[in-house]
Amino acid sequence: MKDYLRFLRRCFRISFVGDWRYYLWMFLLSVVALFGLNAYSQQLVHGLQTTGMTDQVSWGLYIANFTYLVGMAAAAVMLVIPVYIYKNKDLHDLVIFGELFAVASILMCLLFVTVDLGRPDRFIHLFLRFNWPISMLTWDVLVLNGYLLLNLHICGYLIYCAYRRTRPGKWFYIPFVFVAIFWAISIHTVTAFLYSGLGSRPLWNSAVLAPRFLASAFSAGPAFLVLALQVIRRFSDYKVPDGALQMLRKIITVALSINMFLLGSEMFTEFYTQAEHSASAQYLFFGLAGKHALVPWIWTAIGMNSLALVLLFFPISKSLKWLNLSCALMIVGIWIEKGMGLIVPAFIPSPLGEMVEYKPTTNEILVSLGIWAFGLLVFTILVRITIPVLSGRLTIDSVHPAELPNAFSTKTFN
Amino acid sequence: MSGEQKMNRRSFLRGSLGAAGGMAAVAAALTPLKDLDLSEMTVDHFLQKHYKEMSPKEIDQVIERISKEVEERYDLRPELKDVKPMDGVEFTYLLNLGRCIGCRKCVHACVAENNQSRSPEIQYIRVLEMPRGSVNLEHSNHHYGDKKVPSKDHFYMPVQCHQCDNPPCVKVCPVEATWKEDDGIVVIDYDWCIGCRYCEAACPYWARRFNFAEPEIPKKDLNPKMGYLSNRPRHKGVMEKCHFCLHRTREGKLPACLEVCPVGARKFGNINDPNSEVVQILKTKRIFILKQEVGTKPRFFYYFDEDYGFGD
Repeated sequence: MKDYLRFLRRCFRISFVGDWRYYLWMFLLSVVALFGLNAYSQQLVHGLQTTGMTDQVSWGLYIANFTYLVGMAAAAVMLVIPVYIYKNKDLHDLVIFGELFAVASILMCLLFVTVDLGRPDRFIHLFLRFNWPISMLTWDVLVLNGYLLLNLHICGYLIYCAYRRTRPGKWFYIPFVFVAIFWAISIHTVTAFLYSGLGSRPLWNSAVLAPRFLASAFSAGPAFLVLALQVIRRFSDYKVPDGALQMLRKIITVALSINMFLLGSEMFTEFYTQAEHSASAQYLFFGLAGKHALVPWIWTAIGMNSLALVLLFFPISKSLKWLNLSCALMIVGIWIEKGMGLIVPAFIPSPLGEMVEYKPTTNEILVSLGIWAFGLLVFTILVRITIPVLSGRLTIDSVHPAELPNAFSTKTFN
Repeated sequence: MSGEQKMNRRSFLRGSLGAAGGMAAVAAALTPLKDLDLSEMTVDHFLQKHYKEMSPKEIDQVIERISKEVEERYDLRPELKDVKPMDGVEFTYLLNLGRCIGCRKCVHACVAENNQSRSPEIQYIRVLEMPRGSVNLEHSNHHYGDKKVPSKDHFYMPVQCHQCDNPPCVKVCPVEATWKEDDGIVVIDYDWCIGCRYCEAACPYWARRFNFAEPEIPKKDLNPKMGYLSNRPRHKGVMEKCHFCLHRTREGKLPACLEVCPVGARKFGNINDPNSEVVQILKTKRIFILKQEVGTKPRFFYYFDEDYGFGD
């Protein structure tokens, strides 16, 4: 116990140690997070009128980001499966970064749901009258928090074992890893059911929504990790083999292909039948009744995702330059497709046929950016702690981290 | 002083300065909170139970507290009651599409009766103007303004909460803040709602409204006759909607929107009473259920008079 507290204290301390680039990055993230906190304080005082949401479009940027980030969290499973089921060697030492990113993503998800609440002070009511199993939102609360705990346990246990220089006991984490595989799929499925279960919103009321969510998550999530792993390789001495990145490239290619196929299926069903129910899709892709705010967004997303896919299909994407480009394209492309391209248009036209468009306010954007900055801050700190522990520099009998001022950036402490 | 001590002292100083700077930045970011209205965040509010879990005595205490709060804010002592459903009664609402002239008197009577916010404006009833010949919501006009009604080429369709028997809003609420009462009315506990707006997304009739800001009602316009689950004043951050004026209808009166209708397009009554007018109409007239395909089984029906004809 005493050892564990000391471990936590040392982790806390080391998260403040780094070179100037580390300080600059952390400083920028802190500033953005504080701007977000300030904007949220405004929202608490004045209510959700500080957002662009209305009775017509009653969910916006917050829920869009929430949906996207649930997918990012679930994507860790795309590293877990190759390693624990197919015994992939290259990815073996990198799984933990996927799981740490899942932790940060879930934290962001929970924050995005919280800022969307009209009465966050009544949060406690969830514990007092929980409409489970009828309300899909209660399922989401359970699976998201469960997933957070699973990942915290797996990462925390492995890191602490490395710190103590002991071999992790298989029974203490392998069963959890396998539970987490199914759990990861469940978090995004439940999130899709949250929308697809609503008969009042034809755009969401589709059986293909859950598979689409998984496919888009399994492209954008690993794409983010491809970039993050290269940053880790660049700024630390942690070994990230090229084979790992190439493995992720294959995963992304398959997932993105499936995603594009499902999007195409959805579009065919919406437009070939030309039923009244396709009004939201009509609005999204082509504009309706003179309103077309989302048209440029969705075509940008489709353009970015298509370009990313074409690049991935060609051998040039084996070069990291092109791989990184397609990753960046789909991280943004899928964010648009799932956010502005899926959450918002389901509200337009309203169930009574009224055309009210949605545009997020500056305050709302600041809150969202603040949460992203906070999430990246958490992820950076988790990575900052993990690298010296896993590479054996920060252990129970090692020297004090404060005496290793450059532990993060230099390669002298092996 | 040894080098190591110097080093420790310097890093200690740097750490404390950093911590102080960080705290100051967080405090600065939080400054807008000084304007936060805390009157609704007292221990009493925090400990208040769900409506269904309160004993009659506890409800009386809460009614007393709310009455005081209303009095403080509006200088008017409200007659706040918790009116229960009547035994054996299930309400039904019928609207004659052949009669409605789109005057929107119902909309405004509802606002006045039910203490809806005047700024920002909240209305439970939305009247749609539609070209004769079809009932297509996509072609409805919500904002036909003050022009003379009825227009010859249009008919009018008021929409409000349909008090569904299979209400999707109740299903999705994560905290059971909304439920169906024995007389079929779907109600909201305004003190329990967490404001997630899932019900608003789930409603196929766009019947629910959210308080995006603190509601404003001029003191002179407040209706002091209040029901606990109906028209008592709401606060920002919670949902509200039509409740068939339950504080009136459970005491044998008619809904405010019906009373004000100049053409008698609205009918209200007990569907369990075979002699009621609503049952007679349901048996004999042509009935139209809006969005029947979504399967929510509304208690609100539209009907046509025998003499209604298209394009007359």
